[in-house]
Amino acid sequence: MSADLMGDLSIFVLALLVGFEVISKVPATLHTPLMSAANSIHGVVLVGAILIATSADTLFGYILGFVAAAFAAMNVVGGYVVTDRMLGMFKKRPVAAEVPEQREVNS
Amino acid sequence: MSGFDTAIRLVYLAAATCFVLGLHLMNTPATARRGNQVSAVGMAAAIVATLVVVMHGGGVKPVAWVVLVAGVAVGAVAGLFSARRIAMTAMPQLVSLFNAVGGGAAAIVAIFDYVRLIQILDRHLGSSVVVPTVLDVIIGAVTFAGSLIASGKLQGTISSSPIVFRGVRVANILLTAIMVAGAVFLIAFPSATASVNIVVLSAVLVAALLFGVTMVLPIGGADMPVVISLLNAFTGTAVAMAGFVIDNSVLIISGALVGASGAILTKLMADAMNRSIVNIIIGGFGTGDSAVVVGGPAGGTLREVKADDAAIQLAYAQKVIIVPGYGLAAAQAQHEVRELADLLEQRGVTVSYAIHPVAGRMPGHMNVLLAEANVPYSQLREMEEINPDFARTDVALVIGANDVTNPAARRPGNPVSGMPILDVDHARSVIVIKRSMGHGYAGIDNDLYADPKTGMYFADAKKGLAELSQSVKALG
Repeated sequence: MSADLMGDLSIFVLALLVGFEVISKVPATLHTPLMSAANSIHGVVLVGAILIATSADTLFGYILGFVAAAFAAMNVVGGYVVTDRMLGMFKKRPVAAEVPEQREVNS
Repeated sequence: MSGFDTAIRLVYLAAATCFVLGLHLMNTPATARRGNQVSAVGMAAAIVATLVVVMHGGGVKPVAWVVLVAGVAVGAVAGLFSARRIAMTAMPQLVSLFNAVGGGAAAIVAIFDYVRLIQILDRHLGSSVVVPTVLDVIIGAVTFAGSLIASGKLQGTISSSPIVFRGVRVANILLTAIMVAGAVFLIAFPSATASVNIVVLSAVLVAALLFGVTMVLPIGGADMPVVISLLNAFTGTAVAMAGFVIDNSVLIISGALVGASGAILTKLMADAMNRSIVNIIIGGFGTGDSAVVVGGPAGGTLREVKADDAAIQLAYAQKVIIVPGYGLAAAQAQHEVRELADLLEQRGVTVSYAIHPVAGRMPGHMNVLLAEANVPYSQLREMEEINPDFARTDVALVIGANDVTNPAARRPGNPVSGMPILDVDHARSVIVIKRSMGHGYAGIDNDLYADPKTGMYFADAKKGLAELSQSVKALG
């Protein structure tokens, strides 16, 4: 087994352990955003998509590169935006009740 | 290692650190949004660093740049559009869709790299390349197809009831055999003719895609929280494998983090549903073939209540716990429930929400729906935390939840035995809003309904809650 592979494997196992440690502390309230956030993180496969798309020089390669880039970009952009949208809804105190009051003051 | 390489590796390390910190900040709702932003910054850094690497390396054909930019543009617009427009009730299918494309991209990276290496080099490929490639293709393709089916089921374009066709198990065994045999061949004969190896890899790819379909189709809609979590774990693993293939640490670390998160959620969901993961994949009582009705005190009489009576009970209570289930989400009644809660709070009633881990169609889904309806997160209480409170509660209002409130879970010998439940029956009185006397997912009678202190209010969740609010208002 090559030294490179051994290094990669160590990183993989340690990252798994870090993942278990960090994620088991997330409360059930946030499980949907957590999953969505994790989803955005695996969008990092866009890095791989960029590397393959730019090394393509055949039609087959271009097609694969295009699809991979589109898939990964959708994953990254959509994932972060939707997670942010969801988390923006988690409020300590309801805000809807305050907004109409402010409007009354303004008008 | 040149200075340039070092700089790039350091950026990747920083990106990975951002991902871990981002996930860490998600352990309270107050910091979670910042966590997501930290993670996004890490992502941007990793992507920019990769572009710098590519430009630095040079030799990229202009066509390749056009292809890349076009692909990213199409994907980014599609992602942005759907993320902005999606209703919170439809969140599970969108997350599933993003999961599918992530897995698909990971599989493509491995296929591309394999085809390139075997053609250009036409040399002996070591196991350190072939093993992760094969794993990436299999896991990525299963996830891609499986998540698309799951997404379709959640959306309703594919029937959410378990679709079982004759010979599905035989088909699964056959497909598994093709995948295993193909994988063994590719690993054992890495230097066979390039074209033969590509054909074998294609066969593995097709088998994996079909397997994704046949794996998810027979799984019932109510098992979706487990399936989505499991597929999420798969994608993480596929991305990590892609990282092994192209020897990129940031992919390996991110993939491992996601794999861990998916695994934890899968375990939590399966436990909360009282099912083993294997049982869900193979298809247990969700398929209806083992839905034996094992009633407790069956035939117990039900007490029906009207909106006015229920409203009086709620309005003059000191402490009310609302127990929302999927029926509430299906009826899109989260705004109505908050309206009722607001009215009660104005009258000095203490209101909180008891959320079972599997309420909704993905882990934690109910919390998002209620947060969207402006319920403050301090009122959203987890099962273990709120269960002791039921004994001190005047009224438990159960809306569209069934099995997770069934006291039969504490008795052995029935399909829900041992399932963690909300101790609704410990409350002084119980009101159940339910459309009809249909069974829950487990297909058994709910002992709670026959309890003398339980009043059944038969109505659609949305209409029923609106009527309750009206009646509470009428009390002045």
